[in-house]
Amino acid sequence: MQLIACPWCGPREEVEFSYGGQAHVPYPDSPAELSDEEWAHYVFFRDNPKGRFAERWNHSAGCRRWFNAIRDTATYRFERVYRLDDPKPVTP
Amino acid sequence: MSPRTPGADLPDHPDLLWRDTEPKRSYDVVIVGGGGHGLATAHYLAKDHGITNVAVLEKGWLAGGNMARNTTIIRSNYLWDESSAIYEHALKLWEGLEEDLGYPILFSQRGVLNLAHTLQDVRDSVRRVEANKLNGVDAEWLEPDEVRKVCPVVNTSTDIRYPVLGATYQPRAGIAKHDYVAWGFARRADEAGIDLVQDCEVTGFTTDGDRVTGVQTTRGTIAAGTVALCAAGHTSVLTDMLGIRVPVQSHPLQALVSELLEPVHPTVVMSNAVHVYVSQAHKGELVMGAGVDSYNGYGQRGAFHVIERQMAAAVELFPVFARAHLLRTWGGIVDVSPDASPIVGRTPYDNVYLNCGWGTGGFKATPGIGSALAHTIAHDEPHPYVAPFTLDRFVTGALVDEHGAAAVAH
Repeated sequence: MQLIACPWCGPREEVEFSYGGQAHVPYPDSPAELSDEEWAHYVFFRDNPKGRFAERWNHSAGCRRWFNAIRDTATYRFERVYRLDDPKPVTP
Repeated sequence: MSPRTPGADLPDHPDLLWRDTEPKRSYDVVIVGGGGHGLATAHYLAKDHGITNVAVLEKGWLAGGNMARNTTIIRSNYLWDESSAIYEHALKLWEGLEEDLGYPILFSQRGVLNLAHTLQDVRDSVRRVEANKLNGVDAEWLEPDEVRKVCPVVNTSTDIRYPVLGATYQPRAGIAKHDYVAWGFARRADEAGIDLVQDCEVTGFTTDGDRVTGVQTTRGTIAAGTVALCAAGHTSVLTDMLGIRVPVQSHPLQALVSELLEPVHPTVVMSNAVHVYVSQAHKGELVMGAGVDSYNGYGQRGAFHVIERQMAAAVELFPVFARAHLLRTWGGIVDVSPDASPIVGRTPYDNVYLNCGWGTGGFKATPGIGSALAHTIAHDEPHPYVAPFTLDRFVTGALVDEHGAAAVAH
């Protein structure tokens, strides 16, 4: 089983975590002005890259806090974990 | 005694079922993805519409992705009219597919039980049975003692964590041999003159305004009149090249087989609540699948704890399996859409058709989507069976929300 490094608790087993999908998808600044198409993209459309992906994880059976991670979706390797209030790391 | 040449006693290589072709420079139709859906589409383009200047491009070998990695369950007992129409269309084609392909596919209509474990499950299941009947799909509601008659190895005692409160039963549902299905389609498409090009990965597209004019591949650029994307879990890789956003997420979906056993399991049993589905293949392996791994992944493998949970569910439901040994596990990559229904039809490019989002249940649709997509390509107009499954529905809100509503195990 893969270990995931929670930024607060350190490395823990994968079963303690739950997945939150793509990170850095902000709520629209002016929701009332959004078209149906823009709403559809906010609600339903997420990136689905093969390779590096910035995503949200929750340490649901541990500290129950959310964090972000850069993970490779082809190898499943975690490259970086960082706090929600940290900016998205610039990766090479 | 003189030494014999190694290999001299081996039988000759069997006849190849299809030519391994070098791609031509141009085709009327280029299908990206040589899995079940791509091969079926090619077959029906030739058979129903006489379109044979067609190439199927496959980055690996034919039917080596999800077509080689599924649990082969075929059924049409979906809740909504739109879904039951396309899956029932597929099931009817399955019923005549051996004759159509002239190839054995071991299609066995042994029935599917979808177990209910809670009062809400029971209500949803009965509702689905009634909806199925209205749509002309065979369906029955079975009480626990009737479940026991159909499948004696299911634990229907009340003394388990999630007792079986009943099940829906579709007698015409069943299984087929996935490899044979793909080979049957490939053989007929090849006979019709369609080029099946293996080891040919798409690396980009050449576009001219609203049209795609060519497909760039590892074996050169191929000009295309129409392009159909049948790449399942890798759809986003292709649509990213085209700059089209598609609301699918690729997840690993794992399955496994046991060692070969005597025939013990006469039907197919699915359970959403405890999350396992089981049938017994013709050779004797128990074939079991579960839900997707939670995270996005293209790795064709998943986490072990998912398998462990699936086995716990299987042993609870089928105590007789407790001593069976695991033979092999594998993972495919499935493209899951927000409403658990496929996305088929037009794209922002005039001559590119999309076929994706089948999630965990694309195998059962193989002949149905093949014929409907071929019709769509031939007439440049979505076939009525695929018309509800447009990419537009996420903007209009006309979703076909099969998540949990039907017997969909996700």
